[in-house]
Amino acid sequence: MDWFEFLFAVEVAVGGLLSGVMYALVAIGFVLIYKTSGVLNFAQGAMVLFAALTFVSLVEREVPFALALVVTLVIMGLLGLAIERTVLRPLANRSPMTLFMATLGLAWVIEGGAQLIWGTQVHALDLGISNAPFEIGGIYISNFDLVAAAIALALVIVLTSFFRFTRTGLSFRAVADDTFAAIAIGLRLNRIQAAVWTAAGVVALVAGLLWGARLGVQFSLSLVVLKALPVLVLGGFDSIAGAIVAGLLIGASEKLAEVYIGPFVGGGIEGWFAYVVALAVLLIRPQGLFGHKITERF
Amino acid sequence: MSFFRRLAPALLAATILTGSFSTARADEQFFPLQSYRVGPYAAGGTGFFGGFIDYLTLINDRDGGVNGVKLTWAEGETEYEVEKGVEVYQRLKSTPGIAAWNPLSVGIAYAMIDGVTEDRVPLLTVNHGRTDTTDGRVFPYVFPLLLNPYSESSGIVNYIASKEGGAEGLKGKKIVVLYHGSPYGKETIPIYELLAEKFGFELVQIEVPHPGSEQQAQWLQIRRERPDYVVLRGWGVMNPVALTTAQRNGFPVDRIIGNVWSNSEEDALPAGDAAIGYTAITTQASGQEYPVLKEIISGVYDQGKGNLADKNRIGSVYHNLGIVNGILNVEAIRIAQAKFGNRTLTGDEVRWGFEHLQLSPERVKELGAEGLFHSINVTWDNHEGEGYVTFQQWDGKKWNVVSDWIAPDWALLRPIIEASSEAYAREKGIAIRTAADVDTVIGPN
Repeated sequence: MDWFEFLFAVEVAVGGLLSGVMYALVAIGFVLIYKTSGVLNFAQGAMVLFAALTFVSLVEREVPFALALVVTLVIMGLLGLAIERTVLRPLANRSPMTLFMATLGLAWVIEGGAQLIWGTQVHALDLGISNAPFEIGGIYISNFDLVAAAIALALVIVLTSFFRFTRTGLSFRAVADDTFAAIAIGLRLNRIQAAVWTAAGVVALVAGLLWGARLGVQFSLSLVVLKALPVLVLGGFDSIAGAIVAGLLIGASEKLAEVYIGPFVGGGIEGWFAYVVALAVLLIRPQGLFGHKITERF
Repeated sequence: MSFFRRLAPALLAATILTGSFSTARADEQFFPLQSYRVGPYAAGGTGFFGGFIDYLTLINDRDGGVNGVKLTWAEGETEYEVEKGVEVYQRLKSTPGIAAWNPLSVGIAYAMIDGVTEDRVPLLTVNHGRTDTTDGRVFPYVFPLLLNPYSESSGIVNYIASKEGGAEGLKGKKIVVLYHGSPYGKETIPIYELLAEKFGFELVQIEVPHPGSEQQAQWLQIRRERPDYVVLRGWGVMNPVALTTAQRNGFPVDRIIGNVWSNSEEDALPAGDAAIGYTAITTQASGQEYPVLKEIISGVYDQGKGNLADKNRIGSVYHNLGIVNGILNVEAIRIAQAKFGNRTLTGDEVRWGFEHLQLSPERVKELGAEGLFHSINVTWDNHEGEGYVTFQQWDGKKWNVVSDWIAPDWALLRPIIEASSEAYAREKGIAIRTAADVDTVIGPN
C-alpha cells in the first residue's frame, strides 16, 4: 500500500468514526428509555423528526433562534409527559412486547401529527456551523462533523454523570434494576418515567438539529433509527458509553466495508453491513459489548 | 386556516374510503389520482398533484371543461407505497369515464402495467417509468411522456459535451454516476456504459444505498477517482446529502449534474450554501412568468380554489411538472374528442388521443406554455414523444435556466429500447402491434 492509499484508508476510517458519532446521538435516546423502563422506544426516530420540525418551523415564523430552542425544549418535555401519561401509565406492568408495539404505534402517530401540524414541506436548517472541510496531513475533516462529535461527547459525559452521581439518576437506575423494589422503597415510578421521557425528548432535539442540518428537516429524519439499531445491538441497549463506542465501530466498519469490499459485490453494501456486524456480535455476546448480562432464576 | 387546508386531503381520502365521492357521469371525464400528500415524498406529491389539479380546475372554470366535458377527479393516498397505490387502483378502476392514470411512482406504475392493458386505459409516467414502455408496439397503454431514463442520460451527456466544446471534448474525460440503490437508480447503468463507449469518456458508477442519508464513503471514492463531472441520479433525501457531502469532501458543486428526480427545490434547498451552483436537467422550467401560470394564479388561486397550501410553491419544479402533465392529459382528450366526438371518452379512445399527441412549439405557445416546456411528438410506436430538455442552476433561492433546449440522442437509444421491449413481448407472449392496429378502438357500449 503506497502512502496515498494509506492516507485514503485513514480518511475513510476517520469519516466513518465521525459518521458513527451521529448514529450514536440517535442511539442514546433509545438507551435512555431502555435503561430506565426496559422499553425499546421505536418512536425515538419520530421524536427526532418532531423536534427538528417544530424548531425549524418556529425559526421560519421569525421566532428568534434561542427562543425557538427553549420553546421546542418545552414542547418536547410536554410530549414526553403526555406519552408517559396517556400511553405508558395505562400499560404499566404489561409485557415488553406490548410496550414495544405501543411505541411502534406511537411512532406513526407522532410522524402523522408532525406533518399535520407543520406540513410536509422540506426545510433547510442552518445552525451556523460551517460544513466546509479543513485539511490535516492530506485528510479532509469537516467542521460540522467535529462540532457534532463534541456535542455527542458532551451529551455522553452529562448523561453518564447524571446517572452515576445524582439522586434522580440513581433513582432511574434503581427502577431499571428492580421496579417493584424501587416502588417498595418509596420511589415514585410515574414521576421517574415522566422525567426520563422528557430527557429522551431533549436528546431527540439535539439529534434532530444535527441530523436536520445535515439532511434537511424532512420526513426521512425519522428513518435515522435504522442507523441507530445496529449501534444499540453492538453497544448494548442499556449503556450510554456503549452507544458511543458502538457508533464509532459501526461507522468505521461500514465505511471501510463499502470502500474495500463493496466493489467486489456491486457496491451499496454499507446499509446492511452494519447489521452483519451487529448480528455477529449478537451471536457471540447477546447483551452487546457493554450491556448488562441478566441472569434470571425461576 | 393552514391547518384545515392540510387536513383537507385526509378528509378527502376518508370520503373516498366511504365511497361517497362523485364519479364521472355524462359529459364528465374522470382522473383517479394516486397521490401522496403524507410520508417521505409528500413534498413532491403535493407539488405535482397540486399543479395537475390546478390545471384541471383552470380548464373547468375558464373553458367549462374540454369542449363542454367537465373534468373530475378523486384522490387516494398512497404515501408512495406500491401496495397502497395498487389498492387505490383496484378501488377506483371501475369508476366510469376514466381518462388516464398518473401515479408519479415507478413502483406503482410497474405494478399497474398488466392491469391497465387489460382495462384499456392509459397509464402516464411523465419523466419517469420503465424505459422500454416508450415502444408503443409492445406497450399500447403506457406513456413515459417527455422523457424516459435513457433519454435523460443522453441529454445529460450531451449537455456535458456542450460544456466541453462538443462531443470530441468528452474524450478522455472521467464521469462518475452516483445512483440511488433501487431499480430506478440502476436502470441507466447499461445506457451510461453505451454512452461512455460511444463518446470515449471514462465511466465510474457508484451506488448509494437507500435512503442515502449517509454518503461519506461514496464521496471519498469520488475524490479518489478525481472525475471531471458527477452525475447525481438521486431521489429524496439522497440529493441534499450528496451536495453537502460533496462540499465536505471539497468537490466543486458546479461539476455535479442532477437528473430529473434530483432537480427540485426540495433537493437543493436543504443543502444550504452547498447547493449554490448545482445544475440539474429538467423538461419544464420553473417560475411563474408563463401565461398559463399567470392564468392559474388569477383564475384559480385568486378565486380561493388553488390546491397548494403554500402559495410560495406556485411555479416550483414539481408544481410546474404537474401543470405540464395537466396540459398533456387535457390536449390528448381534446385530440381524441376531435375524432370521436365531444363526449365522455373511453380509456381506449383517450389512448388514441395520446398516440396522436403532437404539440408543436407554436401550439405550446397558444396554450400559454412557451418556455415552460418545448414540445411533444407522440406517435403510436413512440410513446415518449421526443421531449427536449434544458438545464437549470440553483442560486440559493431559485432555479435559473442556463442552457438552450437540448435534444437527447433518440436514434442511438431506440434499438436498445426495442431490444428490451421485444424481449418483454416474447416473455409475456404479447403480439407486437403494427400501425394498422392503432385505429382499432374500443368505444362506448
